[in-house]
Amino acid sequence: MLRYLLHKLALIVPTVFGISLAAFAFVRLLPGDPILALAGERGVSPERYAQLIEQFGYNRPYVIQYLEYIGRVLTGDFGISIATKRPVLGEFQALFPATLELATIALIIAVLLGIPAGIFAAIKRGSWFDQATMGVALTGYSMPIFWWGLLLIIFFSGYLGWTPVSGRIGLQYFFKPTTGFMLIDSLISGKSGAFRSAASHLILPAIVLATIPLAVIARQTRSAMLEVLGEDYVRTARAKGLAPRRVIGLHAFRNALIPVVTTIGLQVGTLMAGAILTETIFSWPGIGKWMIDAIGKRDYVVVQSGLLIIALIVMAVNLIVDVLYAVINPRIRVQ
Amino acid sequence: MTDQSAAEATSASVQPGGRQRAFAEFWHYYSMNTGAVIGLVVFALLVLVAIFAPLVAPHSPDEQFRDALLSPPAWQEGGKSMFLLGTDAVGRDMLSRLIFGARFSLFIGLVVVVFSLTSGIILGVLAGYFRGWVDTLIMRVMDIILAFPSLLLALVLVAILGPGLFNAMLAIALVLQPHFARLTRAAVMAEKNREYVVSAKVAGASHIRLMLVTILPNCVAPLIVQATLSFSNAILEAAALGFLGVGAQPPTPEWGTMLASAREFILRAPWVVTFPGLAILITVLAINLIGDGLRDAFDPKLKRS
Repeated sequence: MLRYLLHKLALIVPTVFGISLAAFAFVRLLPGDPILALAGERGVSPERYAQLIEQFGYNRPYVIQYLEYIGRVLTGDFGISIATKRPVLGEFQALFPATLELATIALIIAVLLGIPAGIFAAIKRGSWFDQATMGVALTGYSMPIFWWGLLLIIFFSGYLGWTPVSGRIGLQYFFKPTTGFMLIDSLISGKSGAFRSAASHLILPAIVLATIPLAVIARQTRSAMLEVLGEDYVRTARAKGLAPRRVIGLHAFRNALIPVVTTIGLQVGTLMAGAILTETIFSWPGIGKWMIDAIGKRDYVVVQSGLLIIALIVMAVNLIVDVLYAVINPRIRVQ
Repeated sequence: MTDQSAAEATSASVQPGGRQRAFAEFWHYYSMNTGAVIGLVVFALLVLVAIFAPLVAPHSPDEQFRDALLSPPAWQEGGKSMFLLGTDAVGRDMLSRLIFGARFSLFIGLVVVVFSLTSGIILGVLAGYFRGWVDTLIMRVMDIILAFPSLLLALVLVAILGPGLFNAMLAIALVLQPHFARLTRAAVMAEKNREYVVSAKVAGASHIRLMLVTILPNCVAPLIVQATLSFSNAILEAAALGFLGVGAQPPTPEWGTMLASAREFILRAPWVVTFPGLAILITVLAINLIGDGLRDAFDPKLKRS
């Protein structure tokens, strides 16, 4: 097991190096001058310009800039945002809980609905339930989620007036973040109605973000179950008279779980991409919106470090999934 | 797993003189899937509408009817029969814009698939055929591309290249390309040591011939399925980029771009938001139905059951 883990880690090192190089290169390739973008319409005097270039180190050779950047990143310094003058890591830490909360709730919705839906569809293969579920799943998979979000706003916020249109909690509730998770913070604060407000802000974005992972998980669970249900050991289990519930729960599902776990892990990238759209539609103050704004403002430092941090998170989750995969499937480790 | 068995399916069915029979057999399995047939019909209709857009559309997509701003759909109160799906904020006919928008979406899908398929196949064949450092280098670069969330990477690439439809297509093609490379590599590796390849090698076939003429045709099935999925993905991603304001630029009647400019009227005039999105959904759904049908028709495992 340890050897497997070390092997996986060794494979990741060049990729991490490549990611940092790519993030660095992308940002140098962005058109427009970051200093001029920062100065805006007021412009900047030539002396001040030279001073800022020197301060940010943009006049040094790229190789030096890259090595300096990596050196700083390794000590936890991801640079200072050009636009806000605050440390990038601090901004990230302030905004990440919002995205994490949204993505966690979305993933919980997707898993809790997707796995049972997939299992039942597989057991009742060809039934109306199967066909309806798979029809809905394919529709969800094909959904332009930015439009889906707007539709939900039209119906639930506009027509029914049930949910707010944007933000994380009503303006009347104000408390210091302790966990950064609004649902938990609002409970801790003890203010009546705060939790309700936080939940009503969260529900629509979470549904929107859950849509594609839910569809993917339901489809994957169904096909994994179908594959397993056709195996000899399932037939044996049935033949020796085990209750269908035991056959499905104990023999089939545990083996079908292997590809499903991988699928769930792969949804992290989907969730990050989806967060960009979802956060834009619902004005959700998370890192998706942060990145969009940074790209728009040509905030080199934020784009570069944000890309790096997000890619590293996706890679870390994929590594955890790989390891989990080896834990639940011994065949992988032995190879 | 499925990819390999799908590759085997075609390699088994394409025997001398058997092409027609192979297609007949393929169509037999494909047509058993009702959803796939519906998807194909809808897609064919969309292609026809896109080709004959100037004939089908009741108005020009750019003509502004100044006396009919935000006119609701014909069946709603206050709707006009000359604007079946209503008009947008500057009085352009929604239906006509949607019809012309089909051209953009299908064109985007086609170009992206051609770009990413070609480059992905070349890289995948090279990696799977030569292995060694070529393989390592190519696949590590693919890993790096896949480590970034696709939309985020596409956004940054478009920011580098400059906003616009063509650059958006390039960015999406680059983001989707690793899937083709991985798939091709896996299929090539599975086929490479088969007897027919070895015998061609012994007979003196060159590397290029072995790669492109001997091996590649037997890896086609999974690539076709992936190409279908990428087609729909490309349409979705391009619409998302348009929606975020960096894809096709207004007044282009691209569906995502139309949604972006409709956002401010979301509560006043829901139809300007509803129809472009519905058009995207129907198109993508039709293509995904086709993709599912192709996958099942190529997969011998499902045929047996």
